Amino acid sequence: MAYLELDRVAKQFGAQTVVDDFSLSVGKGEFISFLGPSGCGKTTTLQMIAGFLDPTRGAIRLEGKDLTAIHPAKRGLGIVFQSYALFPHMSAAENVAFGLEMRGVPRADRAERVRAALAMVGLAGYEDRHPRRMSGGQQQRVALARALVIKPSVLLLDEPLSNLDAKLREEMQIELRQIQRTIGTTTILVTHDQNEAMSLSDRIVVMSQGRIEQIGTPQETYEKPASAFVSQFLGKTNDFAGSIDRTATPPRLVAGSWSAPAPAGLNGAITVSIRPERIGFGEAGLSAKIVTRIFQGNHWLFQCESECGPAIVIRQNDGTAQPAEGEAVRLAWRPEDMSVRARASA
Amino acid sequence: MSAVAEERNARAPWALTAPALMLFIGVLLIPLAMTVMLSFHDWGQYKGIEPVFILKNWREIATDPYYAEMFWRTFRIAILTTLLTALLGAPEAYILNRMSGRWKSFFLLVILGPLLISVVARTLGWALLFGGNNGLVNKLLMSLGVIHSPIPFMFTETGMVVALAHVMMPFMVLSVWAALQRLDPQIENAAMSLGAGPITIIRRIIMPQIMPGVLSGAIIVFSLSASAFATPAIIGGRRLKVAATLAYDEFLNTLNWPLGAAVATLLLIALVLIVIGSNALIERRYAEVFR
Ligand SMILES: Nc1ncnc2c1ncn2[C@@H]1O[C@H](COP(=O)(O)OP(=O)(O)O)[C@@H](O)[C@H]1O
Ligand SMILES: [Mg+2]
Repeated sequence: MAYLELDRVAKQFGAQTVVDDFSLSVGKGEFISFLGPSGCGKTTTLQMIAGFLDPTRGAIRLEGKDLTAIHPAKRGLGIVFQSYALFPHMSAAENVAFGLEMRGVPRADRAERVRAALAMVGLAGYEDRHPRRMSGGQQQRVALARALVIKPSVLLLDEPLSNLDAKLREEMQIELRQIQRTIGTTTILVTHDQNEAMSLSDRIVVMSQGRIEQIGTPQETYEKPASAFVSQFLGKTNDFAGSIDRTATPPRLVAGSWSAPAPAGLNGAITVSIRPERIGFGEAGLSAKIVTRIFQGNHWLFQCESECGPAIVIRQNDGTAQPAEGEAVRLAWRPEDMSVRARASA
Repeated sequence: MSAVAEERNARAPWALTAPALMLFIGVLLIPLAMTVMLSFHDWGQYKGIEPVFILKNWREIATDPYYAEMFWRTFRIAILTTLLTALLGAPEAYILNRMSGRWKSFFLLVILGPLLISVVARTLGWALLFGGNNGLVNKLLMSLGVIHSPIPFMFTETGMVVALAHVMMPFMVLSVWAALQRLDPQIENAAMSLGAGPITIIRRIIMPQIMPGVLSGAIIVFSLSASAFATPAIIGGRRLKVAATLAYDEFLNTLNWPLGAAVATLLLIALVLIVIGSNALIERRYAEVFR
């Protein structure tokens, strides 16, 4: 049975629908990311789970119980805010102790758990520091310890790493993942950074304009994007216009001069989506001309002009000779590497 | 950069601030120094002001209990006014801050609007409502039989505190408002998610953070109330004097300028000491919140 369940949840502000038809089942101990561009409704969804906003429609259940009927102060969820929202007038230890105090944990017990929580996030010895005297990364850790010390049923993280610089962000990602693995708390992370979502989560919920575009493992969403939006949002991709000819025997999928046996189901105009690192230069295939060739150390990046429009190709720098700029090439790929979806024919 | 240019650069700030500095010295420091000097001069009914250096005025203020009582009254009124504005103004600012868009700007205007109206007009308003038998509210309450004699308002300290608090309220609200703007917008949600109820949130999270705002508002209100003239003059007249109205009387009615100058100087010194002292205390106490 699902641990946390969102059932056709929707949120409207006045006439504006910000989240619509949002259904998701989260398993116990799972790490889920809400991924999408700014303004697509990620925070709104998270705040509905937290209870700071009421859903306009739909139900949210935790272990089968209706969560929306419970006051936010009683939900027992751990939340890390984008701004951290630490209490500036309290020391790190007092910040972390606050939730335990509200739960009536005895003083001695409290001190021990606060110390352990701060140690877990690598802040042993910082108990008496005030937030304003800590770096962004340290504040982030205090916020995490404060949310985790109450042993929340679900941990909600709203863009927790977006205020950190790139190097620190990477470190915190690894640490966050390790902590979550160790204590096994069900976690929902909101982010607009596809790398963050892919490296941290068990499953990604890709969102656009308040709707779910796709739910899947990082690999699934990257390699089998369900929509043009997903394939564009998760890294670089090539979209080629093609068509499926069912009259031929056997039926074939054609994109320019590239063709393959047609997959089942689709017919007529289609879009072929293929990642740049899955395209190779071959004898047959889409004919193209190399416009620019950029050397990037461990790989080469080619920008080509193909018969189906612009194309990007990435080749590992494995020592073999690579085509030069201006050279005519044929682009080929394995049918199982592409994803095919219907295209509204022009 | 050459040494000449560097020197010119070093002088530039002085040259640029010179006009303002001169104005400051001309209209503030010089008259102030003259007032202090004046307080050491002698005065007589028939001989007028004598430019000598004596401690007569200061000795009179120090020994005559009339002045002690008057200064004590001045500060008592200022303290009560400050307490009243803090007690009403801080919740007012908090509620205002929680209102949504249109209502917020409307009520902000209602609170700040009075700043545009002369203090005299506003104080006279109170006098019209509560002043003696003819005060509107008094007449109404008496005709309704709620009270039998008019509520004493004119020439009372209570009246002065109420009228002053009304005049000073915008300063307190603005000061607390500014402190509220510095709050993290999610701070209440953070406390709530940790299990805190509304009362706990206000007491443990909001209050400690807006306290510096309340205290700096209190300093403004206190110093303005202690040196206020118009409101005490209208409500207290010449019957219930405070330091400012006393100094005014000495200058313009008794014509004893040196004594008036001594009262004014003492008021200034007391205020400066109180303000600097409490400011230092606040900054030390709330170092973590200010940083
Ligand atoms: N309280 C609100 N009132 C009206 N519109 C809101 C409110 N909160 C958010 N929105 C709108 O909802 C949309 C989604 O916001 P949000 O959930 O914060 O997006 P995200 O977190 O994905 O960037 C935005 O267009 C935003 O303007
Ligand atoms: Mg957001």
